[in-house]
Amino acid sequence: MSNVPQELKYTKSHEWVLAGDDGQVTIGITDHAQELLGDMVFIELPEIDKQLAAGDECSVVESVKAASDVYAPVAGTVIAVNENLADAPELINEDPYGEGWMFRLQIADVNELDGLMDAEAYESIEAEE
Amino acid sequence: MTAKQTPLYQQHIDAGAKIVDFSGWQMPIHYGSQLEEHHAVRQSAGVFDVSHMNVVDLHGRGGKAFLRYLLANDVDKLKTPGKALYSCMLTDDGGIIDDLIVYYMNEDWYRIILNAGTHDKDMKWINSQLPDSPDISLSERPELAMLAIQGPQAIEKFSSLLTSEAANKVAELPVFQACEIDGIFIGRTGYTGEDGVEVILPGDDAVDLWQQLMAVDVKPIGLGARDTLRLEAGMALYGLDMDETTSPLVSGLGWTLAWQPEERGFIGRKALQTAKQNGLEQRMVGLLLTDRGILRSHQQVKFADGSSGETTSGSYSPTLEKSIALARVPAVVKVGDSCEVDIRGRLISAVVVKYPFVRNGKSMLNTEQT
Repeated sequence: MSNVPQELKYTKSHEWVLAGDDGQVTIGITDHAQELLGDMVFIELPEIDKQLAAGDECSVVESVKAASDVYAPVAGTVIAVNENLADAPELINEDPYGEGWMFRLQIADVNELDGLMDAEAYESIEAEE
Repeated sequence: MTAKQTPLYQQHIDAGAKIVDFSGWQMPIHYGSQLEEHHAVRQSAGVFDVSHMNVVDLHGRGGKAFLRYLLANDVDKLKTPGKALYSCMLTDDGGIIDDLIVYYMNEDWYRIILNAGTHDKDMKWINSQLPDSPDISLSERPELAMLAIQGPQAIEKFSSLLTSEAANKVAELPVFQACEIDGIFIGRTGYTGEDGVEVILPGDDAVDLWQQLMAVDVKPIGLGARDTLRLEAGMALYGLDMDETTSPLVSGLGWTLAWQPEERGFIGRKALQTAKQNGLEQRMVGLLLTDRGILRSHQQVKFADGSSGETTSGSYSPTLEKSIALARVPAVVKVGDSCEVDIRGRLISAVVVKYPFVRNGKSMLNTEQT
């Protein structure tokens, strides 16, 4: 069974979202997603200052096996990306909720976070797969 | 159709395999990390369960003449018992029905190893060509399992499980040659670009051998690493790098066609001769991505003169730590030419290189290419 931290929010497309109190959110892919994809070998991250709408394809994670899109869980502006992933894409496998974070958004509307799933709801999605 | 399992299925589960469907078979894709498995084969030794592959025995005096007609390579080259030959089996149009290895066991016995994914059409084709003669009989051997033990330490570790007499026999086994020891078939072949053996044996014995290999620290390797290993070794994969719409001439397999003697009229010969006379428009090359990204199958390759080709299989190369591919490109393309590959809508720079990319653990790329 994969790890689903209680304090995070989730999407159906297997991104996690950590909400800060300043309207900033950190985003990555879940333990379940990294396990499905296998060993990561290349990560394409969004550009800083890029404006994203919720659901935009904004990043790509490539494992040895396949390439997979990562979607913006909420609308916002990219304020930081995890540059360590360029040389160490395996951080997503090793620590998907920590060192393997992907990018940070300054979100436009904090209320959008309420539309995301909590840990329990995400676990039920995982179980269906 | 229920998914089939090999005799090693429980061993895979016990080793923590992630199981996937592969042509109707429940096979291990990896046992935790495809990359670690890849490196284990390049650096020490690993074992693959390839029992899903189709082992067919051809018995009788008529076997040789039949195979000389059925196959594009010529089994008449095989003079020593146990000697193996790689060949394509072609349609009348010169398309590839399957690629296979055939072993000459003795005058009355050839053993053929075909792909699992092409099983039904292979058997249908072979049976449709088989002469109705008491001098020839075909039998599938689904009760046999097959293990590929590969890597620089494969022979040493495998031999440590054998009697000293058998170990000597294995040590002396030339490449592409098989022998039988106590009813166990051992061939010095593989699909990784490393030294090693492929062992064909009854299912129960295969379970014992697997457990003994685990005990001497031979790592279990899934189909995921099998694909990256064979790609680095520049070995074509049926269904991606070749199929019934492509001939060996445009699949990097022209070397497997035995044109001599001229009077041998193998299936597909006329079509290939015509294609050759008309001039080939395409050929297979290696690609090395020089910019960041990962090459995959069916990506468009664009050259400076406006011409284009297509990747047939691509991946990340764990040994080179770069992305590589096989690609079918215009025949005029040369090693060293630069190109751009359309990766998900973006043009990424690559260079045409010779393949194999890796042999015996070492990069085959010239330093100026990397």
